[in-house]
Amino acid sequence: MPEQIDEGQVRHIAVLSRLKLSDQEVATFSRQLSAILAYVGKLNELDTTDVEPTAHAVPIQNAFRKDEPEEPLPVEEALAGAPQRAGNFFKVPKVLDQDSA
Amino acid sequence: MSAREAVEGCLSQIERVDGQVRAFISVAGDRALAQADRIDARLAKGEQVGVLAGVPVAVKDNMCTRFGKTTCASKILADFESPYDATAVARLEAAGAIIVGKTNLDEFAMGSSTENSGMFVTRNPWNAECVPGGSSGGSAAAVAARMVPAALGSDTGGSIRLPASFCGVVGLKPTYGRVSRYGLVAYGSSLDQIGPMTCDVRDAALLLDVISGHDGRDSTSIDAPPTDSAARLDEPIGKLRIGVAKEYLGEGLSDEVRAAVESAIDVYRGLGAEVVEVSLPHSEYAIAAYYLIAMAEASSNLSRYDGVHYGYRTPEPDDFIDLYSKSRAEGFGAEVKRRIMLGTYALSSGYYDAYYLKALKVRTLIKADFVEAFKKCDVLACPVSPTPAFRIGEKIEDPLTMYLGDVYTISLNLAGLPGVSIPAGQSEAGLPIGLQLMGPHLQEERLLQIAHAFEKETDWHTRVPPMADAQTA
Repeated sequence: MPEQIDEGQVRHIAVLSRLKLSDQEVATFSRQLSAILAYVGKLNELDTTDVEPTAHAVPIQNAFRKDEPEEPLPVEEALAGAPQRAGNFFKVPKVLDQDSA
Repeated sequence: MSAREAVEGCLSQIERVDGQVRAFISVAGDRALAQADRIDARLAKGEQVGVLAGVPVAVKDNMCTRFGKTTCASKILADFESPYDATAVARLEAAGAIIVGKTNLDEFAMGSSTENSGMFVTRNPWNAECVPGGSSGGSAAAVAARMVPAALGSDTGGSIRLPASFCGVVGLKPTYGRVSRYGLVAYGSSLDQIGPMTCDVRDAALLLDVISGHDGRDSTSIDAPPTDSAARLDEPIGKLRIGVAKEYLGEGLSDEVRAAVESAIDVYRGLGAEVVEVSLPHSEYAIAAYYLIAMAEASSNLSRYDGVHYGYRTPEPDDFIDLYSKSRAEGFGAEVKRRIMLGTYALSSGYYDAYYLKALKVRTLIKADFVEAFKKCDVLACPVSPTPAFRIGEKIEDPLTMYLGDVYTISLNLAGLPGVSIPAGQSEAGLPIGLQLMGPHLQEERLLQIAHAFEKETDWHTRVPPMADAQTA
C-alpha cells in the first residue's frame, strides 16, 4: 500500500472528485493526505485472507416495496432550488463539444 | 405550563445565552409559537395530543425540514430549502414536539469539535474557550445550556456521544437501522444514525420511542416497531455483568477520565454488578478502518452537490465541468474536501482492494470482537473520549490528531451497535466527563435501563453550566 501521495496524484484525484484546487491547497492536501494514508496503512498488519467484507453492519436484504406508483415530488418543488432554470429544466452550460468531459 | 410558555421560555433562554454559545444556525420562533398555540387550543378542548405535546426540541441542521433552511453548516447549502421533512422530524412533530430551530455542526457532520462548521464555531457552555465536541456540537450545547430540553443529533463515528460527553448531557446512538435515515443528509450511509440528546435518560427514552421504528422510505431501516424504552425504564436491571475492554484503559487516556470512569463502574458494583474483563483485540485498527469506509462513502454521497439542482453555483464557469469543479471547490470547506479526496482515492482503480475492501474486512473482525465480548457481559462500559473538552483551535491544524480522539466511539458505528454517553464526572477544570455504555444489537431498552440505574445513584446529570443558570449567570 503506497504511503505517500504526491502533488501529481492529488491533482488527479481532484479531477476525479470534481474539485478545482489552488496550488496552495494541492501542496497542503498532499502533505495531510500522505499523513492520513500512512496511518491507515496500519490495516496491512492484519491478515484478512479468509475474511468476508462487511459493507453493512446489519444484514438486511431485498428491502423492496410493491411496484406501484406513488405521488412524485411536484415539478415546481423539484425546481424550486434551481440556481438557473429554463421552463421545466435545470439550466447548465453546454455539455457536448467539451474537450475535457 | 402551557406549550406557549415552554416555547417562550426556550426563546428567551436562546436570546440570553446563544449570542455567546452559538448553538443555533437558525431559530424558527414564530412558527414554534404558532404550533404551541395550536397545541394549547387542543388541550383546552380536551382533544388528544401526542406524547411529546408542547415539548420544544432542536434539530441538527443536517436533517431536512420543510420550513426554514437545511444548511449542513456548509456554504454549498447555505440557502437550501428542503422540499420534505426527515422522517425523524415528521415523527417528532406528529407526537406534538415543537421544533424551535436548527443547530450547528461540523460541515456535513465531518468532524469531532464543530470547528469545521462553515458558519461559525459553537462554544462549550461549561467553558467558552473549549469546543462542545462534534459533529453534533450545536445540539449538545443547546441542551446543556438549557436552551431546549431535547435535541436530535446524528452519529457516524461518535458525533452524538462525544459532544454529549463534552457538554454533560445524555446522547444515544441507536442500533444501526433503528431510526430512519430518510431526510438525514447522508455522510457515511452504512454508519449514520440519528439519536436523541437530552438532560436525562428518561427523555432520551421518550424521544427514541417516538422516532424509532421501520420506515419504508429507508431501505436500511430495520423491520421492527418503535422501541418501548420509556415505559420499561424502571424495570429492575437484575444481576448485571459489566464488561470492561482491556484495550480501552491503556495509554492515551487522561488520568481524570480514567478516574471518573472507574468511579462510575464502582457505582454499578454498588448495585451488585459483576465487572468482567473482556477483550476487543482489533480496537487499534478501528480508526483506520472507519476513516477509509466513511471517506469512501462520503465521496460518493457528496457527489450530488454539483451546483446544478440546488445549492451554491459558481457565478462564471468556463464550461460544464468547470461548473462542477468550481461550485464544489468554492462551496465545500477544507475537511470536506480532504475526505472526498481520500475517499475517491481509496475507491479508485488500483487502490480499491488495498484500501476500501481491506477496511471492510477489518470491519468484519471488529464486529466479531463485540459478538465475542457480549457472550461474557451484558453491557460494555468505557470512556467516551481520552480527555475532557479540549480548547478551540488546539487540534484543528492536524486532521490526524483530531481523528485519533474518536478511539472509543468509532467501533460501535462499524459494528452497528447501540451506545449511550451519560454524564458521570467532572474534571478539575470543571469540564464534564461522560461514561459510555455499549449494548448488544437491538438492546436499547435494556441499555437505557442500565443507564438510568446510574442516574438514580448519582447527580451528575442534574448539573447545569453556570452560564445557563438564570440565577447565577
